[in-house]
Amino acid sequence: MTESASPSLLLVQLLQMTLVIGLAPLLTGLVRKVKARIQRRRGPPLSQPYRDLRRLLLKDVVLAENASWLFRVVPYLMLSTTWVAAALVPTFATGLMFSWTGDLIAISGLLGAARFAQALAGLDVGTSFGGIGSSREVMFASLAEPAMIMIIFCVALIAGSTQLSTIADHMATGAVGLRVSLALAMIALIIVALAENARIPVDNPATHLELTMVHEAMVLEYSGRHLAMIDLAAFLKLLLYVSLIGCLFFPFGIAQSGAGPERYLLGLALYLLKLLAGGILLGVFEMSIAKMRVFRVPNFLGAAFMLGLLGVLLLFVSRGM
Amino acid sequence: MIEPSAYCIAALLVLALLGVCTARIAPLRSLIYPACGLVCLTLLAIGVLSLGPEVTRLRLPLGLPWIGVNLRLDALAGAFLVLIGLGGAGASLYAIGYERHEPEPGRIVPFFPAFIAGMTLVVLADDAFVFLFAWELMSLSSWALVMAHHQEEGNAQAAYVYLIMAVFSGLTLLLAFGLLAGAAGGFTFDAIRAARLPPETVAIAFVLATVGAGSKAGLVPLHVWLPLAHPAAPTPVSALMSGVMTKVAVYGFIRVVFDLTGPPSWWSATIVLLLGGVTAVIGVLHALMERDLKRLLAYSTVENIGIVFIGLGLAMAFQSNGFTVGAVLALTAALFHALNHTVFKSLLFFGAGAVLHGAGLRDMGRLGGLIQRMPWTHFAMLTGCVAISALPPLNGFVSEWMTFQAILLRPELPQWGLKLMIPVDGGLLALTAALAAACFVRMHGITFLGRPRGAAAQTAHEADRWSIAAMLIFAALCLVLGVLPGVVIDGLASVTSGLLGGRMPVQLSDRWLSLIPVSASRSSYNGLLVFLFITASTLIVVFLVHRFASNTKRRSPAWDCGFPDPRPETQYTAESFEQPIRRVFGSLVFQTRETVDMPAPGDIRVASLRRFRRDLIWDGLYAPIATAVGATADWMNVLQFLTIRRYLGFVFVALVLLLLALALWQ
Repeated sequence: MTESASPSLLLVQLLQMTLVIGLAPLLTGLVRKVKARIQRRRGPPLSQPYRDLRRLLLKDVVLAENASWLFRVVPYLMLSTTWVAAALVPTFATGLMFSWTGDLIAISGLLGAARFAQALAGLDVGTSFGGIGSSREVMFASLAEPAMIMIIFCVALIAGSTQLSTIADHMATGAVGLRVSLALAMIALIIVALAENARIPVDNPATHLELTMVHEAMVLEYSGRHLAMIDLAAFLKLLLYVSLIGCLFFPFGIAQSGAGPERYLLGLALYLLKLLAGGILLGVFEMSIAKMRVFRVPNFLGAAFMLGLLGVLLLFVSRGM
Repeated sequence: MIEPSAYCIAALLVLALLGVCTARIAPLRSLIYPACGLVCLTLLAIGVLSLGPEVTRLRLPLGLPWIGVNLRLDALAGAFLVLIGLGGAGASLYAIGYERHEPEPGRIVPFFPAFIAGMTLVVLADDAFVFLFAWELMSLSSWALVMAHHQEEGNAQAAYVYLIMAVFSGLTLLLAFGLLAGAAGGFTFDAIRAARLPPETVAIAFVLATVGAGSKAGLVPLHVWLPLAHPAAPTPVSALMSGVMTKVAVYGFIRVVFDLTGPPSWWSATIVLLLGGVTAVIGVLHALMERDLKRLLAYSTVENIGIVFIGLGLAMAFQSNGFTVGAVLALTAALFHALNHTVFKSLLFFGAGAVLHGAGLRDMGRLGGLIQRMPWTHFAMLTGCVAISALPPLNGFVSEWMTFQAILLRPELPQWGLKLMIPVDGGLLALTAALAAACFVRMHGITFLGRPRGAAAQTAHEADRWSIAAMLIFAALCLVLGVLPGVVIDGLASVTSGLLGGRMPVQLSDRWLSLIPVSASRSSYNGLLVFLFITASTLIVVFLVHRFASNTKRRSPAWDCGFPDPRPETQYTAESFEQPIRRVFGSLVFQTRETVDMPAPGDIRVASLRRFRRDLIWDGLYAPIATAVGATADWMNVLQFLTIRRYLGFVFVALVLLLLALALWQ
């Protein structure tokens, strides 16, 4: 693996890194647009997240008086860990140059590190809303992370690898067929993705009611460029999960290493279509369901964990499931 | 390499004697810890050098006359010498600074070197007598250290529980070795290895050894002494007990199960997997509910021992089915995690000790905001918290990642017990890792972040230079082991080839120093590159933002949705932080309940919220035994106050009964 480094792979890797960070706000804008249209509003333009980021970046930072250095470092760390994780997920082509740096478990670990930093930052100023956000976030994470590991186990046992490029190649060949465990893993992954990205029914990204906030409560004290970093990290995370679902369960059209440029272009076009489909589906889903009470979420995420575990057990008992 | 290590043990024992002599002479006494540290560094070097195929032996004309004292240094013993040397050197460095503000230094200084000597001797022992002698030396010297602050409330009771559990552990190991040695009394380990024992004997010896080593290591349900005794000891000793002594117990388990009794059976692997998974989850849930910093760390030790035993159980399961590649990976992961735990748990205990000294208390509910007053301690503790929460790119992630990879190998195992237990352990391990992250966000956030919750936190002061040095060295080790895991894995290759007859692929030959457990197409992880990528992308972002966007900042009161409350009591507390998790997990495991007493409007009673938590293991297992022993003692107490006539009567009846038994026997 490590010997196959070549300029074209590096190019694909760099292209992918800029692509994900460039497209991430657009995907969030799309979801917002879809939700607005379903509510029969016109909604903000698709470019609104970019404008929001620019506006935040140009504003001053207002820090709480007792905010420590950790509070100021966390936004950058969150963005960089999420970015590294997103760079490891194949979007339009497998065989990324640095794919072997970290596998799916490492991607999950990197997202966990970002969340760890964010939960600590929520506690830094010592306000009650920061605490409520951190506390609920780690409670959700304590179920979402093991569920994610179980999902990883399912796909890794089927593909015989935890390397995402290898898994995507394996899934793209079509040799896998329909499997019960994969179906369980997909449902579980969708549940985890909803929870991890603070979407309805777990959390509401557009809420203005303090007591129902989780993610927003943690970042309440942030402003200016710091808030821009955190928002961008959240956009990236949504894109990461949509790309992950795409490359694990709908890998058709993904360009494999060594393919010609036309394959890459096709892969890119299909990837954009997948993002479009993902964004529309998420918007429709969010508009058709109500938000849960906080203490119903553990049941929801516990179901994801149990589905994943069931899938793994099936795979240990019988290879064909 | 065995002679230098024997000299090291002798030097430590001499230091212990010197400690007795100089206990009241402060300038001489303070030289003991640096000397201890030097000996530990020597042990570390010996351990590293002996990580090879060669085995050295030494027989000393001491001990039992017909056996002597047999010592042996192989790669497994060498690997654990590294742990002892590393943990001992760190604790000694910390103790140099700690000693200056210790109220009772004379109670610690003689037992500290003796404790390290006991642990070293356990690892080097090559016959059952020396092993048990060293085991008891380790137990008793650490008991004396737990008793160092015996005036403080609860410490004497903690030491008492510890002593009982230590005696129990020694007793079960004694019986295990007695069974293994057989009627002929072949107490040397060579004789035990050579003996062809019936499987029933091996099975009973396995259970006894698991109970004996497991109670020392802290396996649930034998862990109850650990959260009592580890916090009661002085800080450098807490670090040694949690970071090193539990690993010596793991060594005892490995030596008996993998080396002395031959290939393990599949049912014993199932038991170990079950114990490991349950220990990990119960340990971390207890840690999540704990307010006392040192007790929290002790429960987290229970959790990490569970993770180590999951790795060992996997190795046993694979070995019993002849799947060497998997067994090697799982055993390497377990040993690597043991090393990682020594590093970050020592670091965290040092930090807890620094907080205890700097703020005068270890109840995190009355701390907060220490980041301003103890910046170095905060930084080191943050590193330790990230490492123990198994987050990349630090070391805790690597060993858990390897354990996951071992589970994912999924060989064709014929036994249903293993088929079900291995994936379930994967789920429990994932749950443990996530809960550990929650636990350490809570510990770090409540203790170091936020606003001070009392005078103690407001007036806290930073630790001394020696303590900070010890913490920073271990924090650096967390990073080094995380980004260069190949060094450790290649070092452990001789251990696995000695025990299991196989080794992991050579890691350091990879061009980018990636960690490759089996083959590169299967899975690989490169901590170094992950670290470099995170650093590089952070720098890029920081540069771009500060170059092209706003670069100014203002300070103002906290926003808090427009209703900031200046009183620190309005912050989230340790209890309120854990409340959601307590509600989700605790109702089953701890039978937690909350009762709210809210007076009606107009009533001037104080409102109250009470929470109840039960330790089911203590209530269900230990409390009945303690009650039964107490009741029997009360009942037997009558015997103390009889007349001489009745005593003579009892003697007569006893004599008649014995004679009758003898007559019936024949």
